[in-house]
Amino acid sequence: MAVPLSIYGALFWGSFPLPATAVHQALWDMVTQNAETQALIIVRDIRLSRIILAFCTGAALAVSGAVFQGLLRNPLADPFTLGISSGAACAAAVVLGLGLACPLPLAALVGALLAMALVLFLAHLAGGFSRTSLVLGGIVVSTFLGAIIALIKALNEESVTSIVFWIMGSFQGRGFAHLGLMLPYLGLGLCIILVFSRELDLLTVDADQAALVGVNVGQSRVALLLGAGLLTAAAVSVSGIIGFIGLVVPHLIRLIQGPSTRPLIFYSALVGGTLLLWSDVLARTILPQGAELPVGVVTALFGGPVFCLILAKKNTHD
Amino acid sequence: MIEIDDLCVGYGSQPFLRHLSLQVPQGQFLGILGPNGSGKTTLIRALSGTLRPHSGQIRIAGQNIQQLSAKTRARACATITQKTPRIDGIGVLALVLMGRYPYLGWLGSYGRQDQDQAHEALKWTQALTLAQRSCQTLSGGELQRVILAKALAQDTNLLLLDEAASNLDLARTMDMYNLLQAKNKAGLTIVTVAHDVNLAALYCQRLIFLKNGSIVADGPTREIITAQLLSEIYETPVVVSAHPVTGVPQAHLVPDA
Repeated sequence: MAVPLSIYGALFWGSFPLPATAVHQALWDMVTQNAETQALIIVRDIRLSRIILAFCTGAALAVSGAVFQGLLRNPLADPFTLGISSGAACAAAVVLGLGLACPLPLAALVGALLAMALVLFLAHLAGGFSRTSLVLGGIVVSTFLGAIIALIKALNEESVTSIVFWIMGSFQGRGFAHLGLMLPYLGLGLCIILVFSRELDLLTVDADQAALVGVNVGQSRVALLLGAGLLTAAAVSVSGIIGFIGLVVPHLIRLIQGPSTRPLIFYSALVGGTLLLWSDVLARTILPQGAELPVGVVTALFGGPVFCLILAKKNTHD
Repeated sequence: MIEIDDLCVGYGSQPFLRHLSLQVPQGQFLGILGPNGSGKTTLIRALSGTLRPHSGQIRIAGQNIQQLSAKTRARACATITQKTPRIDGIGVLALVLMGRYPYLGWLGSYGRQDQDQAHEALKWTQALTLAQRSCQTLSGGELQRVILAKALAQDTNLLLLDEAASNLDLARTMDMYNLLQAKNKAGLTIVTVAHDVNLAALYCQRLIFLKNGSIVADGPTREIITAQLLSEIYETPVVVSAHPVTGVPQAHLVPDA
């Protein structure tokens, strides 16, 4: 219920002053396909597209965070634990630093998928898809890619600002084209996670116990990792790196409704999406004269204290 | 029921159990005994399919378990491991329902029958009152009973146990073994690893003794337990007498002084 209301409500906020009646008129024009007014273009192509994109990104980050936390049985895991974001960031840095004529989101997506493949390969080399080998693989990959990013920054000082800004995460100037790029991966990732949600339930309890009741542990881990990795890649490629949504939201939902996987995923998606949507509204309206904050800064500023509250609450629960 | 052919299995590159062959008929209650490090747990893990053999075959109900899918295997054989894992963040009923996983279809949810089976299993292990509790609030003995309920909810013809009574006090141990005996009489084949020779002698129809990765003795309980055999296997003086009530042989340790 809060979701359509949020999408509707967020339409009224923006750097270009637009009265409520004009927004309604534009919405009506959109439905009736009447005239292409300036207000219609602002409401549909700038605000609505960005709102939907922010919602999908938030949902993807929260769901993949929930999966990573369960899969690695580590409450500190988030979508970026396994170095997938570093892949995206590194690819973006290469494109920005070398001035390549390649669309940034596409490069980031390829980078994220390559990094994920590398993590899986390293874990396989280290003797199977155990939690330790996955985390180790993730750390190796993200450290190495981090070094490459630093190298590019050092070699090409002009690109530093744009690289830093991209890495901080923002929806500035993003629209339906970005949505089109991320949706297939979002859909595929969600499908994989839903199919393997029962296995995730059991793996979260204990991998050995899961194996004894007939879960194919290695196969399920790889499938879930691929699913969550696709979600992360989809989110990161359009928005840059937005922290805390993937860490905080699953904790919050788990505290409210318990650890059962399917409701956890469902509510994480809704809450994560709504949260990022409003964070983005804040990011694009809080500064005067149309200047924008990176939305990653907003989520981190709010996410830190909220996470502390959750920790304190959790303590009293136990 | 179980046929083991020339099995070599172990953790490193060298197999620890070597050229082991064994037949367990349907409906038998078999105890695996032996000193520490004799290969008991290794054998159970090979039987449960979690440890891949170096060579040789294990067939359960005529099928090579390495060729079965994990789910099919879990419908044939339930296992309780030696180390009770640390389980938290999940309710007792949800844990017992895990035992119904091998019966779920693609995208399946637990149905009426699964719920009933889980409740029934909790009733058997006298853990029904725990059903709504969270696993992290249970004592070691309570958790052990819940894990037994999970294995029984799996509704298999074969149950493998590795020191399943190690966390239980005397009364709970007897409750558990009495339950296992009742299930065995109803047709369940049970293979259990036991440290306690006397407890195993009270319930198992047949005992095998492992030492250094080989079977050193195998036979019906009443015939196989002798002072000489036990003294040799456990390398400490043992005397044997008949149980005053049931008459099965019982071993007694003899102190030095």
